[in-house]
Amino acid sequence: MADAAPLLRARSVTRRFGGLTAVSDVSLDLAEGEIHAVIGTNGAGKSTLINVLSGEIGITSGTVELLGNDVTKRSQPARAHAGLGRSYQRTTIFPRFTVFENCRLTAQATRQRPWNWWTAAASCKASTALAREALDRTGLAVIADRAAGLLSHGEKRQLEIAMCIATRPRVLLLDEPLAGMGAEETERMLGLLSGLKAGHAILLVEHDMDAVFRVSDRITVMVNGAVIASGVPAAVRADPEVQLAYLGEVNA
Amino acid sequence: MHANAAAVSARHHWLPLVVVGLLMLFPLATTGFYLEFTSKVMILAIFALSLELLVGATGLVSLGHAAFYGIAAYATVLLSPMYGAAGVFWILPAAIACAALYAFCVGALALRTKGVYFIMVTLAFAQMAYYVFHDTKLGGGTDGIYLNFKPEVMLFGARIVDLGKPVAFYYVVLACLVLVFLFLAVLLESRFGRVLAGIRSNEQRMRAAGFATFPYKWAAFTLAGALAGLAGFLVAVKDGFVNPEMLSWHESGAVLLMLILGGMGRLSGAVLGAFAFALLQLFFQWDGVFGNFARHWPLMLGGTIILCVAFMPNGLIGLPGQWRAWRARKAAEAARG
Repeated sequence: MADAAPLLRARSVTRRFGGLTAVSDVSLDLAEGEIHAVIGTNGAGKSTLINVLSGEIGITSGTVELLGNDVTKRSQPARAHAGLGRSYQRTTIFPRFTVFENCRLTAQATRQRPWNWWTAAASCKASTALAREALDRTGLAVIADRAAGLLSHGEKRQLEIAMCIATRPRVLLLDEPLAGMGAEETERMLGLLSGLKAGHAILLVEHDMDAVFRVSDRITVMVNGAVIASGVPAAVRADPEVQLAYLGEVNA
Repeated sequence: MHANAAAVSARHHWLPLVVVGLLMLFPLATTGFYLEFTSKVMILAIFALSLELLVGATGLVSLGHAAFYGIAAYATVLLSPMYGAAGVFWILPAAIACAALYAFCVGALALRTKGVYFIMVTLAFAQMAYYVFHDTKLGGGTDGIYLNFKPEVMLFGARIVDLGKPVAFYYVVLACLVLVFLFLAVLLESRFGRVLAGIRSNEQRMRAAGFATFPYKWAAFTLAGALAGLAGFLVAVKDGFVNPEMLSWHESGAVLLMLILGGMGRLSGAVLGAFAFALLQLFFQWDGVFGNFARHWPLMLGGTIILCVAFMPNGLIGLPGQWRAWRARKAAEAARG
């Protein structure tokens, strides 16, 4: 897999906010079938990196390539169309819709047809099929009719992922999918992420170090917006600079 | 929970039918003032429905909606020939097009802002339109301008309806109200409508999913302007007279209050709000009850609306739900002993 062209290729990505450089000269590749984790302390620029890669905020310099195309200047919706999906650190489901409708609505982005005002959205075959598939994959099919706002925290996080894959992305940028989860929910989510590797390239930003070292194929460590190490988990764990700058702090 | 939801949706189907039935029979029971009053209220209901598309369905709070209503009313008068009647199949689309065009231009700029800035920008554009009619001779200035001949509804050389007759006009307005309501009900369930609901709930999430939200909001804004234009056309034909006050921020505020009073997020709330607002206004103006104090009706109307907002967070349309929730809470307390 490592020999195949990466689905997402970021080169020298930099983002400044006034005098603060939140992301500094970050380059990374996301390959199909791999989970690439980005770790770092709070304020290391991980979420900003996801925001820049997904097009949610502008880039100061550098380039982003998606499936071989330069998307640096494209808007977030355009990147989503080109195959990039993201989840949010803060849960961003539509609380008043059912679980199914949450997925159906995001799936609708692949085939929008806004001029058709007379056909009910619920009878749109393309989006309902994609939503069912996403719910089956995430194990949420049994609670498809429940109002999303009434779900448990763990279920909401799962729904967030389901809404993401319902748009049929090739690249997934997941911002702390394990945040606030209990042990059992964490296990379920990790199983889900491993299952999603096939057919997707996944960037995982996460604070739970045990989880990161278990599921990741590749880890990039950021400190103050810059990459200080990148490689397979064993190499990153052994890197003295990483131990000093990051893992040392955690272990202390 | 589910059975409850089904019961609610069943009631949603028969209640509007009963209301339409009663409105259809109403001209048999009365003439004169109450018929004209009800025509006016149904026009306001169309106006409120058009704003509901923005406020309730898309989450865009506009305080300049009267501009589109007033522009269409002025267009109806100014585009009609001085010495003869205009054909309705020409003047109606023309009036709606004028309102939609202004909404298209205002939307292009206003939709780049959010929240309170959006409110202020829509208000500013409405005030601009207001002062154009208020301070120039274009539409007779502050005096307003008369529509000398009501538009004619001619089809194949025969006059189908006489809009000058109050009963005929009443039924035309009722038909427009039903059509607008049905159109919006279908639209909001369509893919387009679901995207608007998604934008209302979380616009950022919609962009991340791949929806370019700006064109959707722009289309909704233009459409809302066009429907407000229909209401403006009807009111110009009804009164045979327009003046700049139709575009004032009072009017924009009043239609927003109708939505708040009736309950946002439901089309029937907009219609109910328009009726409730107009009836309250009529009631507080009644000197038989309030004597000289009836002169201060805005004070009483304002106070009532403040009370409504305080005690009915979901508006009149939300009252049954509020009542059920209250009873469920009481039952739960009783069960706990």
